[in-house]
Amino acid sequence: MTDIIRNITQKKISRRSALAGLGAGASLLAMPWAARAADDTIRIGFPTPLTGPFAAEAKDQVKSAELAVKQFNDKGGIGGRKIELLVRDDKLNGGEAATRTLELIEKDKVHAIVGSLSSAVQLAVNEVTRARGVIYVSISQSDTINELKDFSKFTFHEALNPHMTAGAVARHTFKKGAKVAYLSADYAYGHEMLRGFKRAQAAIGAESVGELLHPFGAADYSTLMPRLRSMRPEILCISNFGRDQANSIKQAVDFGLKQQMKIVVPVLLHNQRLAVGPEVFEGVVGGANYYWGLESEIPSAKAFNDAFRAANNGAIPTDYGAYGYTGIYSLLLAMQAAGGTDTEKVIAALEDLKYNIAKGPQHYRKCDHQSIQSVLVLESKKKSDMKSDMDLFQVVANEPASEEVLRSCTELGFPG
Amino acid sequence: MDAELILMQLFSGVALGAILVIAALGLSIIFGMLGVVNFAHGALFMVGAYAGLWVASVTGSFWWGLLAAPIMVGVFGMVVEYVLVRPLYGRSIDDPLLLTFGLSYVLVEAVRMIFGSDGIPFPTPPQLTGVWDLGVGFFPIYRLFVVGVVILVLVLLWLGLEKTKFGLIVRAGARDPTIMKVLGVDISKVWLLVFGLGAGLAALGGVLAGPMRSVNPEMGSLVLAEAFVVTVIGGLGSLLGSIIAGVLVGIAISMTALFAPEMATIVMFALMAIVLLIRPEGLFGKLA
Repeated sequence: MTDIIRNITQKKISRRSALAGLGAGASLLAMPWAARAADDTIRIGFPTPLTGPFAAEAKDQVKSAELAVKQFNDKGGIGGRKIELLVRDDKLNGGEAATRTLELIEKDKVHAIVGSLSSAVQLAVNEVTRARGVIYVSISQSDTINELKDFSKFTFHEALNPHMTAGAVARHTFKKGAKVAYLSADYAYGHEMLRGFKRAQAAIGAESVGELLHPFGAADYSTLMPRLRSMRPEILCISNFGRDQANSIKQAVDFGLKQQMKIVVPVLLHNQRLAVGPEVFEGVVGGANYYWGLESEIPSAKAFNDAFRAANNGAIPTDYGAYGYTGIYSLLLAMQAAGGTDTEKVIAALEDLKYNIAKGPQHYRKCDHQSIQSVLVLESKKKSDMKSDMDLFQVVANEPASEEVLRSCTELGFPG
Repeated sequence: MDAELILMQLFSGVALGAILVIAALGLSIIFGMLGVVNFAHGALFMVGAYAGLWVASVTGSFWWGLLAAPIMVGVFGMVVEYVLVRPLYGRSIDDPLLLTFGLSYVLVEAVRMIFGSDGIPFPTPPQLTGVWDLGVGFFPIYRLFVVGVVILVLVLLWLGLEKTKFGLIVRAGARDPTIMKVLGVDISKVWLLVFGLGAGLAALGGVLAGPMRSVNPEMGSLVLAEAFVVTVIGGLGSLLGSIIAGVLVGIAISMTALFAPEMATIVMFALMAIVLLIRPEGLFGKLA
């Protein structure tokens, strides 16, 4: 109980600093012309859901994105040009995101867009940037954004896709002949993750003993538990996001399912683990793009963490937060290589780019612009094994960057 | 599909129904007695969960939180009635509705400012963790405890309203406040207490829900919708109706989960639509 109080007081502090950051962002909003006076500034638009249920993840993204911009500016910018980040609240709404993105392009004359957190919102932003021919680095999970029908040559997908995450988790938890039950949220994210898991299941030779869908945003999962138990799976695979993840895992644990089956999730969320505590998540396995604990092995992770800590009073970057950093940083590296902001040149530079800035080597695949990168498989730690409040997960596996784990270019519909 | 699973599903439905009943009770009481549609009901539920969590953290005991939160929020409810709602009596039903709608935003933002917008863990009290073997399946002890508390609250409420003088005044006041005033009863005091009771019950629902789901500032919005559905099906203002409707909705959700779990939310609204088509006043409502 005492650490709850500590958590609350800590949150207060982090919230205050977050507000200060927002305030600074708002003052930039208030006088955009002031910053543009010199007018060779490189402007990057950053729509993200600052309000709503993903607000915590969004604020982490902004902090990380600001860090990347600051690091480039401290080194003198790109070819002497300063970089400016224009953060906008997309309110987790596709229409809002499209409007803000259009404004960023038309009014603020941004040179590129990076951002968005939800897969549906990301596709709305993608429509606008594709139509306007503006570079977009997407930092939200999606498989469809890689497929030919949604493809835009201006779009680069820095986030993992459901295929990579679900595949990695399955490879480290499923065995031949293992019985797997699936509980998935009934919307794009849940469906895409389920598809990823089932593809891996077939390759491994595991067996599905049942699939249930639940309504998006459900608070009570009790009526699903008897059925999940009666399927007698060895592995329960829960594919949902945000608070749905916290609630469904908590209730599965309350119903004693964890004693009978292993719970796995496609993405093990830092903030949701904090929201329900170590006892509930103990032993749950899931994928991730980033975990701060990588710093003991990967020098670029150490450098990123240290810079983040220095800029944020010792706080550590989270999974979805890190996307803000790698998304902005890779784009700026490409602009540096291209010697400016010319769209065609930057696209070519992004396609040729090899970068290692937070989690080991990464590059964008030429055909679908998916970032080839390592995928982490994490296991939530027991409370007694935690060395600090932030020592949440143990790295079970760090699958190195490889095209093998992706669908091939031809499978996605690209020629050759 | 075996009989055990169906029995278990039925039981889960009744237990879920109990949670829905406690969530709807405060809304139903305030509407039934005062004619006020309290849109801040969900927010009060959420504030109750945070108040319970806060008291539990300070005292180190869930039980103090369970006891203190309804009282704290109940007193807050009385303040709201006295200061905000009272001037609106006698005006159209929309005015208090809009007022409480606005209040719910204020409460959610206030909680965000104090506790942050992330979820906060609310551990199940150690005495109530684990599962019980019901013979047909396992059920969390904590949820059985919640069902027990709901039954206790309903019995106390029934005794209070049916067997005491105060209850008589409340029921009479709901029928005809003017006559009560003529008879020399200070009806405004009764309204104050009824609003406090409704707010307190919302908070009790919130504390009880805390250990079952993550506690966050938006947790009340879904509860508000559920409470409305239950109240409308039962008949606006009918306490017995809310209780029966709550259990009915719980069972409907649970049985749907057997065949098409993704429809579990929609079935609640479908049930409401059907009831409204056949009996527009709700199962136990009186035609105005």
